[in-house]
Amino acid sequence: MRIVFGSPPPPLWLKTLAFSIGGMLSAVFAFILFSALSAAFQGGGLSLFGPVWAPYAEKFGLGPMIHASLLLSASSLCAGWLLSLGCCCLLRGVGPRCFARVLMGILRFMTAIPTVVYGFAAVFALVPLIRNALGGSGFCWLAAGTMLAVQGVPTMALIMDGALRSVENDVFLTAAALGMTPLQTLSRVVIPASRPWLVSAAVLGFGRALGDTLLPTMLAGNAVRFALSPLDSMRTLTAHIGLVLSADIGGGENLSLLLAGGLLLLGSVAVSLLARRVSRGRNDEAA
Amino acid sequence: MNSVRKKVVTILCWSAVFAFAFLAAPALAAPLDAFKNLEGTLDIAGGTAHIPVMQRAARNIMSVNPNIRITVAGGGSGVGVRQVGEGLVGIGNTGRPLTEAEIAQYGLVTFPFAIDGVAVAVNPANPVKELTSAQIAGIYSGEITDWKDVGGESGGIDVYGREDGSGTRETFTEKLLGKTPLASSVNVVNSNGAMKTAIAQDKRGVGYVGIGHLEESITGIVIDGMIPTQENAASGKYTIVRNLYMNTKGTPAGLTAAFIDYIHSDEGAGIVSESGYIPIPPK
Repeated sequence: MRIVFGSPPPPLWLKTLAFSIGGMLSAVFAFILFSALSAAFQGGGLSLFGPVWAPYAEKFGLGPMIHASLLLSASSLCAGWLLSLGCCCLLRGVGPRCFARVLMGILRFMTAIPTVVYGFAAVFALVPLIRNALGGSGFCWLAAGTMLAVQGVPTMALIMDGALRSVENDVFLTAAALGMTPLQTLSRVVIPASRPWLVSAAVLGFGRALGDTLLPTMLAGNAVRFALSPLDSMRTLTAHIGLVLSADIGGGENLSLLLAGGLLLLGSVAVSLLARRVSRGRNDEAA
Repeated sequence: MNSVRKKVVTILCWSAVFAFAFLAAPALAAPLDAFKNLEGTLDIAGGTAHIPVMQRAARNIMSVNPNIRITVAGGGSGVGVRQVGEGLVGIGNTGRPLTEAEIAQYGLVTFPFAIDGVAVAVNPANPVKELTSAQIAGIYSGEITDWKDVGGESGGIDVYGREDGSGTRETFTEKLLGKTPLASSVNVVNSNGAMKTAIAQDKRGVGYVGIGHLEESITGIVIDGMIPTQENAASGKYTIVRNLYMNTKGTPAGLTAAFIDYIHSDEGAGIVSESGYIPIPPK
């Protein structure tokens, strides 16, 4: 949307609304960042960024949780993003039409399912499957990553689909006139031209994967360690906040929670800035 | 069906109690009479083990006097302390004694009312039914990782524990682990219910729950020859026990005081034992 020269300015109430919402959001961000910063300074002697979480020994290191959050959200984003792109291709002509219609219905329906339902189903279906087939307790990176990928698909796929559809409308006739088949149009023209939206879908997906609390708490096992195998139990920053919130008042645990909140926010901001730069870079290249 | 019958029986019992109370009103005062002239809201939060007791008591009280509203929430012992300390709830429950710092910071008064044992549990399909406390410490510190080392079938042990701040975990750690550091591979779940689900599904799993939560889907382990039952916990034969506490900010008054008195009455003691714990008489 571009405001055309000479169009009337937006009404006052709209401006007020925009400013107050902007103000509220920045106040929340400022609060989170400020408390995280003060926690980082206060907890100087508690090695808050260290690798060891041992409250009885006054060590409140968030290292394993940061590691787990990054691994889990990156892996589930990769899987979920590819799945979403696959779904979009099926919707946009790779698969039969009736199948596309059913898939669209399923995706729409999935957006309405609360995360806890995925978690609950996975505890009784996916976790025992992993436990019996691959060993370990079943509460692991693989279980949580799979469910996070699945729950991220509908949002990402619907965003991508909207973008692909509008680009397709623009180029369909031209591409057909050049003798391209619909499949060629999709793979050579539409998908490359939709890159910014594909990137923003990934950013949104990453934000959700990084911020989801319920699935990691229910499925990842929550052991405080540097998990490297997909069958290892891990604890993300979000699950850590959820689990420690019921712990003692004050002290290093609380500081670590404030810091964890700040880190999560910074992580999301960093990724969305990076994505913006990437998609802008591509656009400049193309232009 | 069962619950309907239970309800009918409850209602019949209560009608009998009321009829009796009305007939013999001057001579005999029912414990619920204290609530007749009260009204208002009482919020309760904290330890999850307390919830069944609190809910039953609340239901009884609210059915006598509809002007009273009592809400019961969980959250864990830490939440109980924080919320009552900050005045968000009237009673904050804990499954552990308050620390000196907590009492000093918030001016809390504590009321122990029940004994709860903590049992170590395995899947019923596991042939291991008995462990020593040293073996349990070995399992939780990561020295013992295979069931065949403690007399079971060969297979890795999936160890489950509770989150920091859980009263159940604190009792378990204090009575069985001592200073032994916990292995980093211990899985963490955040309620007795989640623990039951995990153990009931996992043939190689081991975890711990409040004795009141033992049922057919999980097997309580005999520790050093001590059988985990409520009776043994009450008689002192089973020593992995903790007290359950209600806490208030300052000396309670009004509805809060009446509620605590009710829990400490004979009727309250009945609710406590019905919920799977052993009542502690008031001081």
